[in-house]
Amino acid sequence: MQVAKSEINEIIIERSQGLTSLGLKYIWEYRDLLFFLLWREIKGRYRQMALGPLWMIIAPLGQMIIYSVLLGVMARLPSEGIPYALFIYVGLLPWQFFANSTRQTADSLVNQRAIIAKVYFPRLIIPLVAVLSGLVDFFASLVVLAILMLFFRVAPVWTFVTLPFFLLLATMLGLGIGLWLAGLNVKFRDTAIGLGFALEALRFLTPVVYASSLIPERWQTLYHLNPLTTVIDGFRWALLGVGPGPNWTAAWAVAVALLVLVSGAFYFRHTERTIVDIL
Amino acid sequence: MDTPAIRVEHLSKMYRIGAQEQQSQTRTGAFKRAALSPIAYLRSTLRPPSEEEIFWALQDISFEVRHGEVVGIIGRNGAGKSTLLKILSRITEPTSGRAVIKGRVGSLLEVGTGFHPELTGRENIFLNGTIMGMRGHEIQRKFDEIVDFSGVEKFIDTPVKRYSSGMYVRLAFAVAAHLEPDILIIDEVLAVGDTEFQKKCLGKIENVSKGQGRTVLFVSHNMAAITNLCSRCVVLEHGSVSFLGAAAESVSLYLETMVRTGNNQQNLNAGTQSSVQFLSANVLDGNGEHISSVSIFQDFFIEMTYRVGKDATGSAVPNFHFKTSDGTYAFTVSTPDIQPVSPGIYRTRCKVPGGLLNDGTYSIGIAITECHKCGYDVRFFLPDYLMVAIIDPVHENPLRYKYAGPIPGVVRPTLDWETSCIENETV
Repeated sequence: MQVAKSEINEIIIERSQGLTSLGLKYIWEYRDLLFFLLWREIKGRYRQMALGPLWMIIAPLGQMIIYSVLLGVMARLPSEGIPYALFIYVGLLPWQFFANSTRQTADSLVNQRAIIAKVYFPRLIIPLVAVLSGLVDFFASLVVLAILMLFFRVAPVWTFVTLPFFLLLATMLGLGIGLWLAGLNVKFRDTAIGLGFALEALRFLTPVVYASSLIPERWQTLYHLNPLTTVIDGFRWALLGVGPGPNWTAAWAVAVALLVLVSGAFYFRHTERTIVDIL
Repeated sequence: MDTPAIRVEHLSKMYRIGAQEQQSQTRTGAFKRAALSPIAYLRSTLRPPSEEEIFWALQDISFEVRHGEVVGIIGRNGAGKSTLLKILSRITEPTSGRAVIKGRVGSLLEVGTGFHPELTGRENIFLNGTIMGMRGHEIQRKFDEIVDFSGVEKFIDTPVKRYSSGMYVRLAFAVAAHLEPDILIIDEVLAVGDTEFQKKCLGKIENVSKGQGRTVLFVSHNMAAITNLCSRCVVLEHGSVSFLGAAAESVSLYLETMVRTGNNQQNLNAGTQSSVQFLSANVLDGNGEHISSVSIFQDFFIEMTYRVGKDATGSAVPNFHFKTSDGTYAFTVSTPDIQPVSPGIYRTRCKVPGGLLNDGTYSIGIAITECHKCGYDVRFFLPDYLMVAIIDPVHENPLRYKYAGPIPGVVRPTLDWETSCIENETV
């Protein structure tokens, strides 16, 4: 049997109809590009800044201080036996990751329009880079968490091994929503602004700065329909050992996250075709 | 391989453009329009485009490119060349039709694609190379070659935002030139950069196609480069293929269409009946045939007919004004032996010898000035009335020594040269 001396692949360029495949194998082929864009994003972000990458740490710390003073000291909200500042920080961490990732993913197509308009590469890489850069920030703040736990003399619990699960949940949700909005944002630039408002509202419906046990009994089920509640509670449970452990809410959250992610990916592929003409 | 590298079948691309808006006459009207504009945008995106909002950038394009061929795509600005390249590079989708591509494609549609101003030249080489599909180790292997080609070795570790535009362009092209795609698609990038750089680029393209047998699709306005590098050309006009064939023929055809549309048919009645009146003017070859293009070595003639009326007192002196395509005045020429004449219709003819003008398109302005005792009166002046395309047959021109790049100059006269040895040096 004749073996071709070079793998020449045939590409057919035509107008795509209906549902296009996600093209995940192409993303794997372009993995070098994925890492380069990620590195470019992170390096470029903090250049010529006096404090540079320190901001990755200062941002969540700053928020924590403000909320601690406001709600911990002044309003004296209960925090399940954990020092309030730490309690807040553990809630802020995943929330900020989710909020930033979603925002950056939704903006990613518009921000990268320069290279999208000039070179071909699987467009899914762009939102992936946005989410991954959020993860990098997240890991930086995890380091601060370790320091804080040391400071408050709170010992780590065995449950922290479940942390990756909750992190994955947050990632799927952020990426999924971002994918839905990325394409929409190209056509209607106010989508990103609307997202900003929605996130602010959502923040109060999620136990970021208070304990979920504060919600009255009859609203608990409804409250837990929000998959992010599971994420935040899960973080607190995994890192501090307080609050409700995963129950039916975890399964529900996973289902919602999967649905949002997969549908978002297909929708993104659908809008991908025409965005260059509008960008 | 007998399957073509690129096969384009009935490709069409439609863009939706903004319909021409009615400008409001009153200030309140303009204000109302501005206030309601968001709703208008929303409504326009939700409904299908109206007739006037549809613009067909490409209409039913079909052609084939074989492996190892270099094909040029030429046409006026707006003919659809860049759109075609964008579709073949998978940047945008066609509206209908399809293209089948066999092989890996590397596109250079704009210089410095993916360059991040904050990163250094070194970092950008890796970034740019990766964006274009090279693997990390490939780039590493060719790194020195790329830096050497670009000539920015001294600045390779400085952020590219500090580069001059020339350095920027050289670096970007250096990366693109060292890709090893099966098919290379280049869009007019050679328009930027100095002559030195352009020469280098053309040399590299030639190396890639003839030396390595890769397929190249090349858009340019540099007709000399097209004739030298391309075996065939696709001529695009208003989104359709107007000609598909040998490079030299394609280039002549393209230049002639440029000339034809440049001709303005106005001002035919310049001058008054009673003094001097313009009748006609043409560019002719040695046999008296109307021509629109001529070889750089060939003589041609500018002929004008005019009527001298009874009120003409002095000599009606014809003068022709030659300008290059960018508007630079090449020269103005007239004739010494004009006497005052009796009323009638006259014809004057001027011979422009071969070996005088440079290649390119020249416009010729036609005028008659009446010179009499009291002064000079311009009876008529028709600027850019005629156009002629001067073509340099690059391969057969011994003066070029096979150089395919542009030769600058308003004129390119053939002068007498004499070269001899004046002192022998013993080794």
